[in-house]
Amino acid sequence: MLEKIQGLGQLSISILGGLGRAVLILLSAIAHLPNFRKGFPLFVGQLYAIGVLSLIIIMVSGTFIGMVLALQGYTVLVDYGAEGSLGPMVALSLLRELGPVVTALLFAGRAGSALTAEIGLMKATEQLSSLEMMAVDPLRRVIAPRFWAGFFSMPLLAAIFSILGIFGAHLVGVEWLGVDRGTFWSVMQADVDLRDIINGTIKSLAFAFVVTWIAVYKGYNCIPTSEGISRATTSSVVQASLMVLGLDFILTAIMFT
Amino acid sequence: MSKKIELMVGLFVALGIAAFLALAIKVADAGIQGNGESYQLHAKFDNIGGLKVRSAVKVGGVVVGRISSIRLDSEDYTPIVTLDIFTKYDNFSETTSLSILTAGLLGEQYIGLDPGFMDEELGIEILQPGDYIEDTKPAIVLEELIGQFLFSQDSDN
Repeated sequence: MLEKIQGLGQLSISILGGLGRAVLILLSAIAHLPNFRKGFPLFVGQLYAIGVLSLIIIMVSGTFIGMVLALQGYTVLVDYGAEGSLGPMVALSLLRELGPVVTALLFAGRAGSALTAEIGLMKATEQLSSLEMMAVDPLRRVIAPRFWAGFFSMPLLAAIFSILGIFGAHLVGVEWLGVDRGTFWSVMQADVDLRDIINGTIKSLAFAFVVTWIAVYKGYNCIPTSEGISRATTSSVVQASLMVLGLDFILTAIMFT
Repeated sequence: MSKKIELMVGLFVALGIAAFLALAIKVADAGIQGNGESYQLHAKFDNIGGLKVRSAVKVGGVVVGRISSIRLDSEDYTPIVTLDIFTKYDNFSETTSLSILTAGLLGEQYIGLDPGFMDEELGIEILQPGDYIEDTKPAIVLEELIGQFLFSQDSDN
């Protein structure tokens, strides 16, 4: 009995301790807004590794998701003679939900896992300790640019995802299935509000924050062995995805009700 | 190498910003309907049905404004609808009438504006910003319509 209570205490302490370390990392990453002259090249390098290299998967999946949405939506809408509403249906589902969420999930798999593995290996091979030996703060040199690059590139990726999805829907709906081009765009323009775009962007900023934070923390806090890195990478992707889905529900409930 | 990376990053950022602009202009059409100059008119309805804030105000199908607020008069408990009419349509006469219409069978409800006539000898003037439009027709509520129909059948027998 006593042991079980002790186990519960141990669990709570380790959870709270992990949470505390995660917040400390986050605070120092945010506070150490990289010194512009020295930090900017680091930031740009990470923007390349995180943003540019994720571009292909985001663009391809955005286009295909838009095409599938149009195809599925059309078969349902055409029964009611409402295929004119295909445009707003696709645009709103992409802007409000699929754009930010799917981008964040892909981002967690593509960039988040890479971040965790990279930082974890740095820790395992004691590169982080050597940085500290040279009086370079690893939080400032390694964590901060990665965090900011992730935070900055996710909304851009989500916007690219959405616009390519709408383009894909246009391709299928208008060019292939024969929805009227004018109806498609004008009904979309009448129904989509600037607020939808702003809320979608706020969502993707929140997801960027959570995903990069988890990725960076998992890497920085991993057990420095090959098994530890593999575990950290897995749990980084799993936890980031779950957090994105949970957060999405909360944000949707706040924004669109 | 570093030059190439910078170039790619520059392209990425430009692409992202272009996507945002395309979303705002092409999809949401913000540039055109954004903050066009407008003035306000008010109208009292008996029943506004499914009218919503930002519903359109149309003359013969052309959008001339949007609904900016809907509230209840605190004295006689009738809905007051405030219309934002674009300034380029600024000479509606006092005989203008409003009715609540539905786009299609199941579509959104909007306000249809019938411009009315102008006659200076009779003292009918142009509506000024902030004026109330007197002549309004309430939304048709399906249940009431059915009720009336049943009632008229009863009285026939």
